[in-house]
Formats: sequence, structure tokens, C-alpha cells
Amino acid sequence: MEFSPKIVAFLCKWCSYTGADLAGTSRMEYKSNVRAIRVMCSGRIEPTFVLRAFTNGVDGVLVCGCHPGDCHYQEGNYRCLRRFLLLQKYIQQMGIDSERLKLEWISASEGKQFAELVNSFTETITELGPCKIRETMKV
Amino acid sequence: MEGSKPKLKLAIYWAAACGGCCVSVLDVHEKLFDVVAAADLVFWPIALDIKYKDVEEMPDDNIDVTLFNGAVRNSENEHMAKLLRRKSRILVAYGSCSHLGGIPGLANFSNKEEIFRRVYSESESTVNPSDVRPLKEFEVDEGMLSLPDFFNDVRSLAQVVDVDYFIPGCPPQTERLLEVFTAIVSGAELPPKGSVIGAETKAQCDECIRKKTENKRIKKFYRPWEINDDGETCFMEQGVLCMGPATRAGCGYRCIKGNAPCRGCYGPPSGVTDPGTKMMSAIASIIDEKEPEEISRVLEDVVDPAGFFYRFSLPSSIIRRKLS
Amino acid sequence: MRRITIDPITRLEGHGKIEIFLNDEGEVNNVYFQVPELRGFEKFCEGRPVEELPAIVAKICGVCPGCHHMASGKAVDAVFGVEPPPTAKKLRELFYMAHFIHSHIAHFYALAAPDFVVGPYAPPSKRNILGVIEKVGKDIGTEVIKQRRLAQEIQALLGGHQTFVVMNIPGGVRRGLSSQERDDIVTRANGFVEFAKFTLKIFEDVVLKNKEYVDLILNGPYSLKLHSMGLVDANNKVNFYDGKVRVVDTAGKELCKYSPPEYLDYVAEHVEPWSYLKFPFLKKIGWTGFIDGQNSGVYHATPLSRLNAADGMATPLAQLEYERMYSTLGGKPVHATLAMHWARLVELLYSAERCFELAMDPDITGKELRAQLGPIPGEGIGIVEAQRGTLTHHYWTDDKGIVRKVNIIVGTTNNNAAICMSIKKAAEGFIKKGVEVSDGILNLIEMAFRAYDPCFSCATHSLPGQMPIILEIRESNGELKQRLFRS
Repeated sequence: MEFSPKIVAFLCKWCSYTGADLAGTSRMEYKSNVRAIRVMCSGRIEPTFVLRAFTNGVDGVLVCGCHPGDCHYQEGNYRCLRRFLLLQKYIQQMGIDSERLKLEWISASEGKQFAELVNSFTETITELGPCKIRETMKV
Repeated sequence: MEGSKPKLKLAIYWAAACGGCCVSVLDVHEKLFDVVAAADLVFWPIALDIKYKDVEEMPDDNIDVTLFNGAVRNSENEHMAKLLRRKSRILVAYGSCSHLGGIPGLANFSNKEEIFRRVYSESESTVNPSDVRPLKEFEVDEGMLSLPDFFNDVRSLAQVVDVDYFIPGCPPQTERLLEVFTAIVSGAELPPKGSVIGAETKAQCDECIRKKTENKRIKKFYRPWEINDDGETCFMEQGVLCMGPATRAGCGYRCIKGNAPCRGCYGPPSGVTDPGTKMMSAIASIIDEKEPEEISRVLEDVVDPAGFFYRFSLPSSIIRRKLS
Repeated sequence: MRRITIDPITRLEGHGKIEIFLNDEGEVNNVYFQVPELRGFEKFCEGRPVEELPAIVAKICGVCPGCHHMASGKAVDAVFGVEPPPTAKKLRELFYMAHFIHSHIAHFYALAAPDFVVGPYAPPSKRNILGVIEKVGKDIGTEVIKQRRLAQEIQALLGGHQTFVVMNIPGGVRRGLSSQERDDIVTRANGFVEFAKFTLKIFEDVVLKNKEYVDLILNGPYSLKLHSMGLVDANNKVNFYDGKVRVVDTAGKELCKYSPPEYLDYVAEHVEPWSYLKFPFLKKIGWTGFIDGQNSGVYHATPLSRLNAADGMATPLAQLEYERMYSTLGGKPVHATLAMHWARLVELLYSAERCFELAMDPDITGKELRAQLGPIPGEGIGIVEAQRGTLTHHYWTDDKGIVRKVNIIVGTTNNNAAICMSIKKAAEGFIKKGVEVSDGILNLIEMAFRAYDPCFSCATHSLPGQMPIILEIRESNGELKQRLFRS
């Protein structure tokens, strides 16, 4: 059976979730491997969410927020960016390919960009193969 | 007081440990007389000639309280964890290693083969042309010799058996141990099972004596030797990484007193399961840059994120070992 | 073939088991001493910033963390290519003397004394500090605990964390000493000297004046002719903190003397499949198996070997004791394993005197605590004497000071082969045809191990409540400095 990755996308309500929604209402076709989780702001995304996604069997994680300067809560997306960069360093050290974690800014009107992001990320993860970290979590 | 009630049967056992937790018990100093007046030590390999077979012959629940220190690294540690669980009414994970995995838990960055290869084959002072390795079983002329099985993975005590209480610290601060001991002996009601005891609920920063301002804005992180520590200002504000914000208080900020930043041996504060992720969040929040390249530049100086965030807690963190 | 297993060995630090194989006549066929533990510090230190290592490697042992912290601190200085300023070095050595004092006191009274002072054949219920106190007097228990505490508080003062000290930073130390703190240490040091003398007196009264014990020391099965290793200063006197490693042969003649960067040319480690602990040996002789004697590659690194390897002690009272010990035991070198206990007390006296010397040194309250740091050369070796033997830490890093490789030869590890042989010899000496192998005999076999390892043990058995104590602290000239009461 061909490997079909499980991908979780954390999307902020004001921009990226709306952008994803737009992709849907515009009837754009794109790969169905993504499960969306809506948060109020990308600044809400904690490292814990991302790590739990991986240890629960997810193969790739997408983090999306408003473009810099456009955050509904002013600074939230900058916090998200800083956390994301540190998290990438950390997961690389733990043997998880840092490519499995991606951050992209998606505005409310960028439905097409969201669809393209999902397609290209799904391809990347398919090539990388399943993330084996879940197996090593067995105590 | 003496002789009016039966003495508490106390056992202290070390698994993959260093002896520091046993030393912390001895650091009660002159109060040792009060301790031995209230408790009978029934098993303590560092000090008493009680052997494993003596413990095996004890009835179940014979021991009132066992302070189990050390991580579970091999089959002997696992066997003793299970044995002492059966023989003890109250089993306490005493110290960082049994609580969270401790320093031996850093071996989860590696595996059995890599460790053996380094120690027995590659070590510069080792002469081992036939690549001899210690074996679980080895036949000599006289019979079969056995060694415990070295697992691939280090575990905390709670990852092996049901644990009643956790006393954190590397080692636990002796004054805290005395508080717990006094409470148990006096028959006070114990907190709910599974609690962390002998420590505070808030973070180190709450107790730390160093001067803090509202302004924590980092443009650069420094290794401790890159600055002249003024001895007074919060380490984080001087740009030196300190685990204080994500570490439970209770040790009396002893490393800070020695002018060294906290490394997190007391584990997470109350309500937090994984201290590392909280610290990652905290550090990211105070980086004073907006451009990805600038942020990355600042993060270059966080040289060993996993080893810093999880110095004492790798086996019990979310990503509990390196994928290898 | 009968088999007796002692598991675990007790009254010392660490895990171990002994397997004794007897033939059909009940005589010893062979004995194996197995170390069942390994944690892998030499692997998991890789990738850590090198300045974190003195704190991480201190967790190798909670009884002698100061030793690892010091060896590591020196290795880290070498990685940075710097020497600490004089004040920093002296502060480190001052800490180190306090570390030796508290450890040697605890070892003698709680570990050695039960087997030695109470008697090797004593029942298990007496083989502890209670039995010791019965023999030497009730006041001792409290005094031992107090002196240990006084030394340990110096550690906490200089090192922050009282067990796992954090004092070392690349190029120096993190904290200096005020003149008030220094004065307090001087007072304590005077007390340590008196207590060390007092302990030696106990040893003399209870052990040396007892012909049976002396006979056991000199003529019992506790004897191995081995080469002796220890750190010596420029005058070939014992030094725990710094110097060169000197090895003398079984006749006391110098075999080699090397500085830390040269250790790989002189010491190597052998592996057996039945123990996790490796077996160091002298490289130039080679691994000759588990034999003792002049042609063996096996050596020991213990308080006794340190005294054998040196020409004397660097402080006056300890030097007198050194001379007395050797003249009593028939000259240098001494190969009687149980004499390690005496050597340890000579070292206790030296540590106390040296503690006083360092505290009185005007540099000790100096403000220059750290050397200037520059580019990182990236390789360093630090050697100190741990209480239980010569300790070597070797680090390699990249140019950012991130650890690439670690190699460590620990104090007790030096003695692994010697311990195996001592245990076997004791078993052969005490297990005889037709004699029942009692608990006492098994303890006698364990005693062969205990002499080597000045590890921590403690006063554990029930003591009869509080004891009235009058403690007098006197200056070295006998003048009463302080008197404390507890009623």
C-alpha cells in the first residue's frame, strides 16, 4: 500500500484558516492529507502542539499565520516565527528531519497559495516517508 | 515519642544512580539521630549488609516507605523497581533520575550499540583488538556468569511501575526531605497519590534572589564564559540561558548562589508536563528580532537546545529519545 | 561444583556482585568480581557545550563529585588553552581539601571502622557505626557528623550547590572568598587538624595496639604486590589537585612519571565479557592477566599507592605520620591492602593541614578569578587524585567548544583488576575445606573490596537518642578557641 502521509496544519482564524476556507469555497482541488486545526492566532501555537502531533503519528506539520505586520493581535505571528525557528533546530537534533515542519504566511485572500502549499508539502513528506518518531516513543 | 509507636520501615535503593541521593539523606547531619529514632532502615546497600535475597524474602507491603533513586537503565534496575513496588506500601521516586530520567537519561540521545562502541571499542585508552563486549551471559570454565541486560533506552521510575510520590532534585535539597519525613512520621495526611512533594509549586524565578526588571529583550545569547557575570542581575537578562523560568522551586536556588545559571534539575513547575517546550516558548518570546535571518542568527547561540531544555528530563519528555 | 553469590556487595558506593566457585572438596576454584552497571557518560557528553561538562560529569558520582568537577575543570581550561590565575587555583584546591576531609572522615568511621575497629568476625548487627561507638565512646558519633558537616559547608560556600558544586568555569572559578568567610574557614581548618590527629590516635589505640589486627594487616590474605600510582608535586610529595602522575614498582623504584597530556602513552584499558567495568593496566608492560608481582601490568591507585609513589607528605604533621606508618609496617612500599585505611588517615591529616595553609594564603581572597579567554584550541586533559584513585578526563571539542569526544578513566576503575585479585585471594584465604562458609566469612571477603573504595557510608543504625556533648575547639598551640555545649 502506497504511503499517504498524515499532515496537521495549525491555521490562525483571522488569516490562514480563512484563506484555507477560501480554497474550499472556490472548489480548488488539492491533496486531502491535511487535517486543519484552527487557533485564534499563530502565536497560540505552542511547541507542545507540534511535538504531540509528531509523537501521535503525524508525518508533517504545517504552521500558518498572517503575514508579518498584519497580525490581528499585532505581534503574535512574530512569536510564532521565533518559536518555529527554535523548534526546527530542536527537532533536527532529535533526529526528525526539520523539513517535516514548515511555516508559511497565508492571508485571508490566498486560497490558491494555500492549495499549492498543501500539494507541495504533501509531496515533500511523501518523499521523506513516514516519520518514525512514534515508534521510538514506546516505553 | 520514642517507643510509643512502631518505627517506620524505610528502604533506600539506587538504580542507575550516582550515590548523590544517598548523600542527601546523610546531609541531615545531626538530625540523623531523630531520623533513626523514628525509622528503621531495612534495606540500603550503601550502608547496610542486607542483600537482594533478604528483600525477596520479605512479605509484600513490608516496607512502609521506599525512596527509590536512580533511573531504569538495565534489567537489574527494572527487576528491583518491580520488586520494591511489591514490597513497599509507599514507593517514592526520589531525585531527578527516578523522577524524570536525570543525567543518565541523556543516553537517550544515543543507543546501546553506540554507547558500547564508544566505551569498549573506540575509547582512545582502550586496547581491545578482538572487540570484546560485556555480555548478558558468558560461559567460563567454572560455570555461567551473567550481567544485567543493558536496555537501549533509559526510563524514569513511573515509566516502569506505579509510583506514589515524587521528590524532585539532583539531589533533593535535604531540608525538603526532612519536611517530608517529619510529615510522614507525624501521621499527617499525605497529599493525593502521584503528587510532587518536598518542593514548591511555582518556578525558580519566584525565589531567586537575582535582580529582575520588566525588560527582557535579547539581541544575543551568551555562553556563560563570554560575559562577566555581575553576580546580581538575572542571568536571562544578561543573555545567559537559565532554566529557572521553567523549573520548579524548592532547592533554594543553590546553583545561583554559586553564580551558575539553573539547569532545571527540579523538573517542571506544577501543572506542566514537559519543561522543555515551555522554555522554548519563553526563550522565543524574548528574542528581540523580527526578520527570520536575524532570529536565526540569535538562535545560533543556542548551541545545544535539546541538551539544555532536557538536561534532566529527556526520558520523560514528549520526544523522549532521539530517532536513530 | 558449588557456587556462592554475593549480590549486591554492600557498604560502599556502586553496584557489584561476587561469584565464588568451589570444587567438590569445598575449596575455592575461582572467583569473579563483576560490575553490573554502565551509564555511558563518554557517549552522552558528546554534543554538549564543554563548559557544561564539569557540572554534568559531577553526576558520575554523588560521593566524590568534586573530584570529577576538578578534573573536568582542568580539562576544560586546557580545551581553552588557558591556566587559571593563582587565586582561582588556590580556591579550587581549598575546596578540594574540604572535599577530601569530609569524605575521608565518613569513610573511616562508618565504612572502615565497623569491619576494622569492631572486628572482622563481629556479627552483622555490630558491623556498623553503633558498634564503633560502643568501642570508642559515644561522643564520637556526633563529632564525626559535625566535622563532616563543617567540611561540607565549606564546599557549599565555595561551590554553591553543596553536593554537585558549580564552581568551575573555563579559565577559573565563579565565586571568590571574602575575608570574613576566610576567617571562618581558618577556624574550621584548625578543628580539622585536631580531629585528624584524634582519629589517628583512635586508630593507634584500637587497631595498632591490638596484635590480632596488626597480624591481619601484615600476614592475612589481604596482600598484593602491585605497582603504585599517585599524583606528586614538583618535590615528589603527595598532591591531590595538581602535578605529575608517578608510578613506582613493587620494590618502590620509579617506573615512570608523566604529565597529563602524556597519559595515553602510559595507561591502557582491557575489556572482559563478564564485567561492564574496564581494567586499566600499564601500557609499557602490557596486559598480563590477573596476576600480581613485578612483571604484572596491573597497578593500584589508592591512598596507600599515593603514599608509596611519593617521597613524603608536603605538610609537617602528616609527614611525621607518614614516616611512622612506614617504620611500623616495615618500610616502603607497603603492600598490605588493609594498610589503605591507615594511609587514608595520613591523607586526612594532610588535607586538614593543607586546608589551613591555603586559607592563610593572602592570595585566597584575591579578586582575579578568571583567565582571559581567546580562540579555542579544542583538546584538553585534566588529572586529579580522587579519594579512590587517579582520575583522568580527556575532552575534544570543535572550535566553538562543543564536545566531540570524551574519554575518562575513573579513580576506582584503576583498581578493578587489583580488586578482583584481592577478593579472590581473600576467598582462598578464608574458605577452607570442611569449614562452613558463614556470613562472617563472606564479609571478610567483602572487606578485601572495601579497603580500596573510600566511598560513602553512613551512620545508619539506631543510636540511643541525644547525647550530651561538650566540644572544645583548640588552636594548634592548645589554646581554647571555642567551647560548645549540647545537653
